[in-house]
Amino acid sequence: MHRNFVNLIIQAGVVGAVAFISWTLFQNTQANLEARNIASGFAFMSVEGGLPINDTLLPYEPADTYGYAFFMGVLNTLFVSFLGIIAATVIGVLIGCARVSSNWLVSRLAAVYVEILRNVPLLLTLFFTYVVVLASLPHPRSSLAPFAGVFINNRGIYLPDPNVHAGFWYVLATTILIVSILFILSRISKQRRDETGRGLPTTRIGIVLLLILPLLAWLLPGPIVDFEFAVLKGFNFRGGLVLRPEFSALMIGLVLYTAAFIAENVRSGIQSVDTGQVEAAKALGAKPSLTMRKVILPQALRVSIPATTNDYTSLVKNSSLAVAIGYPDMVSVGGTIIGQNDQAIEIIGLWMAVYLTINLVVSAVMNWLNARVQVVER
Amino acid sequence: MSHESPSPGKTIERNTSRGGTIVELSNVDKWFGSFHVLKKINLTVQRGERIVICGPSGSGKSTLVRCINGLEEYQRGTITVDGTPLTSDPREIERVRQNVGMVFQSFNLFPHMSVLHNLTFAPIWIRKMPKREAEELAMHFLTRVRIADQASKFPGQLSGGQQQRVAIARTLCMNPEILLFDEPTSALDPEMIKEVLDVMVELAREEITMLCVTHEMGFARTVADRIIFMDGGEIVEENDPESFFTRPVYDRTQEFLKQII
Amino acid sequence: MQISDTARVFTPLPSEPAPLGTVGPVGWLRSNMFDGWFNSVLSVLCILFLALVIPPLLSWLILDATWYGDAETCKAGSGACWTFIGHKIQVFLVGPYPTSEIWRPAAAAALLVVLVLTTVLRLARTSTLVVLWLLYPCIAFFLINGGWFLNEVDQSRWGGLMLSIGLALVGILVSIPLGILLALGRRSRVIAIKSLCVGIIEPVRGVPLITILFMASVMLPLFLPEHMQINNMLRVQIGIILFSSAYMAEVVRGGLQAVPNGQVEAATAIGLNYWRMNYLIIVPQALRNVLPSLIGRCIALFKDTSLVIIVGLLDFLGSAKAAAQDSNWLGYDAEAYIFCALIYWIICFGMSRYGRSIELRGAHRD
Repeated sequence: MHRNFVNLIIQAGVVGAVAFISWTLFQNTQANLEARNIASGFAFMSVEGGLPINDTLLPYEPADTYGYAFFMGVLNTLFVSFLGIIAATVIGVLIGCARVSSNWLVSRLAAVYVEILRNVPLLLTLFFTYVVVLASLPHPRSSLAPFAGVFINNRGIYLPDPNVHAGFWYVLATTILIVSILFILSRISKQRRDETGRGLPTTRIGIVLLLILPLLAWLLPGPIVDFEFAVLKGFNFRGGLVLRPEFSALMIGLVLYTAAFIAENVRSGIQSVDTGQVEAAKALGAKPSLTMRKVILPQALRVSIPATTNDYTSLVKNSSLAVAIGYPDMVSVGGTIIGQNDQAIEIIGLWMAVYLTINLVVSAVMNWLNARVQVVER
Repeated sequence: MSHESPSPGKTIERNTSRGGTIVELSNVDKWFGSFHVLKKINLTVQRGERIVICGPSGSGKSTLVRCINGLEEYQRGTITVDGTPLTSDPREIERVRQNVGMVFQSFNLFPHMSVLHNLTFAPIWIRKMPKREAEELAMHFLTRVRIADQASKFPGQLSGGQQQRVAIARTLCMNPEILLFDEPTSALDPEMIKEVLDVMVELAREEITMLCVTHEMGFARTVADRIIFMDGGEIVEENDPESFFTRPVYDRTQEFLKQII
Repeated sequence: MQISDTARVFTPLPSEPAPLGTVGPVGWLRSNMFDGWFNSVLSVLCILFLALVIPPLLSWLILDATWYGDAETCKAGSGACWTFIGHKIQVFLVGPYPTSEIWRPAAAAALLVVLVLTTVLRLARTSTLVVLWLLYPCIAFFLINGGWFLNEVDQSRWGGLMLSIGLALVGILVSIPLGILLALGRRSRVIAIKSLCVGIIEPVRGVPLITILFMASVMLPLFLPEHMQINNMLRVQIGIILFSSAYMAEVVRGGLQAVPNGQVEAATAIGLNYWRMNYLIIVPQALRNVLPSLIGRCIALFKDTSLVIIVGLLDFLGSAKAAAQDSNWLGYDAEAYIFCALIYWIICFGMSRYGRSIELRGAHRD
């Protein structure tokens, strides 16, 4: 009884204190905003912005509103995060496996990579990539051309710009159909294996089916995809798909940095599997690939997935460093807007809302994955 | 140290219908780095024989047994298992391992798989057995080691003795002709040793060839056809149990026996 | 059983040396780099890669580099220009701090080195170390800021490595106690307190540091009354403290969860109240559980201070960037960033090694 009463008092006290502080802050803010002639509310979102953004996923003109400009920034943040997570995972897993390789040279090189990238601030890596590496690329007139239609110079990476025609949709539909067939086939194969011990040769069937696609592409009248190549006109390239240095630097820095952390997670996951189990699998006659698939990976993932969730959300948050090298992500564009109309509270509120939502989604997906690989303990 | 064996005194009689050498080690030398751990090992094991290997720690007994299924490499000499010479060819080694079962000191069950799944893992993925058949096989052996009611549990939910019995059943599912035991009871609490030894004694009645590294001398006296004493990386003495325990030949053997009996 | 007189003496075989090709350098190469065809191919590729990359890197970094002279000497040379670093070293280390008072940050740095050595070499008890570390920022602040008999140096002239370390150090020392309070509050049974703590921790952890820095730099002045404005550096420091506290809170929460319930029961049985119980028994154990993670957070915080350039402070990285834009020394961005990276690396790698040694020491104790 006594404890409940004390609890109640404490609760009331805390609520009261928070309410009082909030009210004071609110009053101060009102006063300050008025004194500095700063508007409130989101009306500015429908005002024409005049912000020049040259790297957007959707068509954009400076005549578009602040709201649309901010939306471009949000799309860029999502785009960079999505690509970054995929690329960092692929590279991180490779380097993590290299770290635990029995090859001394490979494992040491991977260790050097990880230790350097983890102990240097990401912003520094970004600056270095942007200012030193990308700036030292040649002038457009003497671009590097590693593949046909690909040009690399200090204005960016120029790729052929795909233009889709009608045939593309047929090919896409066929691809989806084939993937679904393969999915169903793998289910059937599993059932067959349960009953007879031998599954279907799904991989081989898959390869044959996928060969249909180029055949289809050849049969269809007209081109499926048309490439607009970048052409050197004067001092610059025109046309084509451009990956600007800001985007490239951000992607390279983010991916290499996050991959180092993911590599460490992969390494600790694999090393957490007791060698005795690998020996038991060997003693039963299992090939190394079977041991990896059925014994090591399921247990390694248990350890790696929670840690990697953190790294994914970090990557999303780190994409905000775009503001330091001029890539127009959400923070970049928002910062510019603040610079123009001082409506910091609204913009910062929007930032927080978007980042928290992205983090919630990523965490939810990873938690679902994590739950699926849990082990029953005593 | 030693525990009550199920049928004290008598060696178990068995039927060895097929004779012939099943494992042969000839002048085998092994080094760990520059440490000479196995010295000129010569050993011939007949089909159906039950051999116990004993000796002080560090004598190389585990290493010897682990060489027989290729878990350890050797640098000199030859090892032949059921007609197949053990070289560094991975496919040969895998084929040998499918016919040689191993029970480890630390059980080494797969913690992320149920007991049943632990047993069906190898038959399904290595022998390509249909799932239903593999599960029937697994239940058969689980019943034999008297643990059928735990089939859907996970290793983390079982006691040490139960886990080791599951491990034994797991090796039996691959129908091996040779069973290797590497100190199977050394990691068990005393009250669980008997249940595992009982299972091993029952196994000894079959036609299966057994090589067992153990300190359980009661078990050795009951079950073994031959006892091999190792020290310092070499085989010092081998004899039938009766002669080994009552008339050891070498001083080393006598010293060892004094310590354990 | 006696050793009977008829027992034969056993003569053990001598140990032979391992066959050639299995030991020594050749053996090592065979088992570590050329173990099977896949590994051999990998090793060859790696060696090729190293052969392509290392010699030009070495010659640029060291062999052809200019170590003495001035801007002219550098332009004439083909390698790295390390004289640039030498000329600009003051900017790198203390930013625009007045040269006449340079002995003051130097003294603060020397004290820091002594303190670090004392901690790493364990020359004092933990309680003494805690007191020393809490005292140090006050002394360092007095030395660098001035007041009393020292000239005052305005905070707008603080920069360089000194600023980075200062922001990080104060951030760590304040955010750890705050984090502990937040973690304890999160575990509280009083719903209002628990919600308040969760309401602080989760949003702060879910957003990038940049947004917090923007909040601190741009929004905080709006929250405070006109007469109570604080300078930018202090606002940024507050932002860093807030950000770090949320992460420290989560780390400490993990440590608290690992403290066995029996400890709380025992402490209550002795008659300790909530605060004494936590202060004396629970929190020290929690901290010891997660010391390596705490050090990891400290390393992360030190790296994160590099972001203050975005809100207008010239820390170590910011000073490096600014130094590289001096019109007399153009084109030496690479040298500036490499030097910057080297110092960051030494400090961060040193801290992570220290963390690992603590982890190992803790494991031995178990």
